[in-house]
Amino acid sequence: MALDHGLLPFFPLSNFFRNMMSMQNESSGTSVQRSLKIENLVKEYVPGKPILNGISFEVQGTNSVAIIGPSGTGKSTLIRCVNKLIPPTSGNVYVSGENITQLSGTALRKARRKIGMVFQEFNLVERLSVMENVLCGRLGYIAPWRAWLRKYPQEEINRAFELLDAVGLVEFAHQRADSLSGGQRQRVGIARAIIQEPHVLLADEPTSSLDPKTSVEIMELLLELSEERGIPFIINIHDVELAKRYTSRVIGLCGGGIVYDGSPAELSNDNLTEIYGGASWLQ
Amino acid sequence: MSSQTVHKWQRFSFKEQMARFAVFFGFAVALSVSISTVEVIPEFLYDAHIQAADLLTRMWPMDLAYYPKGIHAAMVETLHIASLGTLLAIGMAIPVGIMGANNIVRIPLLNWLAKLILVSSRSVNSLVWALLFVAIFGPGALAGTVCIGFRSVGFVGKLFAEALEESDPGPIEALTAAGAPWPSIFLKGYWPQVAPSFWGIFLFRWDINVRESAVIGLVGAGGIGMVLDTALNLFYWDRVSVILLSIFAVVVVAEILVTNIRKRII
Amino acid sequence: MINNSKQTAYGDAFKVNWWIRAGWVLVVCYILYAANYLDVSFARFIAGLGNGADFLAEMVPVNFSRWQLLVSNLLETVEIAVIASAFGIFFSLPIGLLAARNLMPSWLTWPARLFIVLCRSFHPVIFAILFVKAVGFGPLAGILTLIFASIGFVGKLFAEAIEEISLKPVEALQASGAPFISVILYAVLPQVQNRFIGFSSYQFDANLRNSTMVGIVGAGGIGGTLFAAFQRFDYDFLAAILLSIIALVMVSEFISLRIKGVFQ
Repeated sequence: MALDHGLLPFFPLSNFFRNMMSMQNESSGTSVQRSLKIENLVKEYVPGKPILNGISFEVQGTNSVAIIGPSGTGKSTLIRCVNKLIPPTSGNVYVSGENITQLSGTALRKARRKIGMVFQEFNLVERLSVMENVLCGRLGYIAPWRAWLRKYPQEEINRAFELLDAVGLVEFAHQRADSLSGGQRQRVGIARAIIQEPHVLLADEPTSSLDPKTSVEIMELLLELSEERGIPFIINIHDVELAKRYTSRVIGLCGGGIVYDGSPAELSNDNLTEIYGGASWLQ
Repeated sequence: MSSQTVHKWQRFSFKEQMARFAVFFGFAVALSVSISTVEVIPEFLYDAHIQAADLLTRMWPMDLAYYPKGIHAAMVETLHIASLGTLLAIGMAIPVGIMGANNIVRIPLLNWLAKLILVSSRSVNSLVWALLFVAIFGPGALAGTVCIGFRSVGFVGKLFAEALEESDPGPIEALTAAGAPWPSIFLKGYWPQVAPSFWGIFLFRWDINVRESAVIGLVGAGGIGMVLDTALNLFYWDRVSVILLSIFAVVVVAEILVTNIRKRII
Repeated sequence: MINNSKQTAYGDAFKVNWWIRAGWVLVVCYILYAANYLDVSFARFIAGLGNGADFLAEMVPVNFSRWQLLVSNLLETVEIAVIASAFGIFFSLPIGLLAARNLMPSWLTWPARLFIVLCRSFHPVIFAILFVKAVGFGPLAGILTLIFASIGFVGKLFAEAIEEISLKPVEALQASGAPFISVILYAVLPQVQNRFIGFSSYQFDANLRNSTMVGIVGAGGIGGTLFAAFQRFDYDFLAAILLSIIALVMVSEFISLRIKGVFQ
């Protein structure tokens, strides 16, 4: 059971029951606990001046973590070190026990299939349809010639339609991605990440390009889908209010290190000043 | 959570699929018919590599000493032919382009005539134009310049006509409403809209014309092509390689020049 | 009192752009200089027009009597263009991809770009002469010539188009663990597809036009017949050949337009 003992009291009861249900209905059929463990991650672009200086934390099961901090502290770098889009200088990243940082080439590519990522600017292929964009998440699982001829297995097509239904975009399945609004495009991005059946879901400022109302909808969707499927969820976000409302754990980065790691409720103004510096913007 | 309904997903509608299939089928047929009927003499193919190697050995070492006396003057002449020819083309393209723009000249027959002139200019190859003008004006740079001019009219004129057709009708409407006479409407309404692209078109075409001017001499229209023709006829392959090298150098320099100027303007 | 000058209490009404004026003056000066250098004078031009009139007179009436020769050569011309375009465009895809600096490392892009530049710098007729020497007279030389010419044009534009794409979908698909070819198929090609079709069809037209000419140096197609007609002063047959070439190109442009419509 995904009981991170420090956080249980803060789960609403309905979430608690939903978690129990989803663990029984887990579609991937594995009973392996999905987890992400980051161990002493260091990243230096310029030798001697590390952007990330020994980051360590763990996320498991249905839990979600929001990473907050000022721009340039390395939030984006941290997220991209997890799937090695940016190779870390040293340290380890374990996804469900597998050490990603040691991998390269085909092994890395196969490991990335287990890591879903949602991007700030959606990163969809504009000219392709919504359906084709969602199925892009499965490209790591099928041979290129099948991908070219669009010969996806029927169960993947079914799953794609189900996910489109879950994000509310079934009627848009055949429309071109560039005809959608920002919020709709992000939903497609989310469906694309979830169809990978990932062991970890990463989100790099997914709401920064969206208006406040849509941001709330996207946050709710992300949390709902990741909890339902027992996927640990890490999100980079600079809107502290959204982070506090929706995630169960907040990590504050500053100067390359973690200066706060705890529940949103305990995040005080003092903590925020330490993370972001300067009290004037809090008023 | 899982449903039993089978979802069908097709990328293209049936009509689109048929059209695409028809096109691919057409390509395949054209290609296979062509390959089977084209006459390729197998003996020539078999010793092609020997011939190629022989050619390369004769072309090396290059006769670099030939450059100053034989090549340089001809190269300069080539560049002048290209530049003057392009300018001539622009001069001719403006009236023809205006005649072909259906929002300015509304007589369909004239539009059609202009489009015909432009298409003919593009369809007939520069070497053929060169042959024509050498027969009319005699060998030399005059034939070459007129040839380049006539050849480029199609390209420049087509772009010019398209730019005119796509220009914003708003300012035109305003000037007509204010009672301006037609030449003024053209000068102050259409011209400012298309002028900026004009220099880009000139540079683009000049770059191509440098390449064309280098070879029209093969049929007598002046420039370095005539030197190349002589060297080929006399089988001086080492001079041929120097000539080719100079052509290559000039074309590359011209292209770098054009790319940099376009970056500044655009 | 009517003041006719452009000057007012606020200053000049129109600002003079000296650069543009200088530019125009330069152009006119150049024309005069170059015309003099090349011995291109209006007088010669007018004299030549007299010749031109004679020429035109001999071309009319147009003589189609040797139409079988004409048609069989035209067919060969089209075949050369079709084969060369198919193979040329086919090879430009990987070569253009290798030349894209935003996707490939420099040890791959430099040779690819050099090859493309070599193919483009020389007019096809030069390639034709060299290939005629290597593989003999006939359409094979023409086909090889146009394959290289196609790679030079389509390869360059394809590489440029790839360098202008947004890399964001590429990042997303790499992050999800898709294999390299699938990343190219889904994130790169859809962005450049329209432009690629555009310049492939342009190149087919260009190949058709060029294949009418490579025959002049013996590489097959109608060029040979055309050159022969010139040398024998068969100007009325020449006119027939020219008209058929123009008609052929117009028809093929029309067909290309329709085909583009199907794919876009």
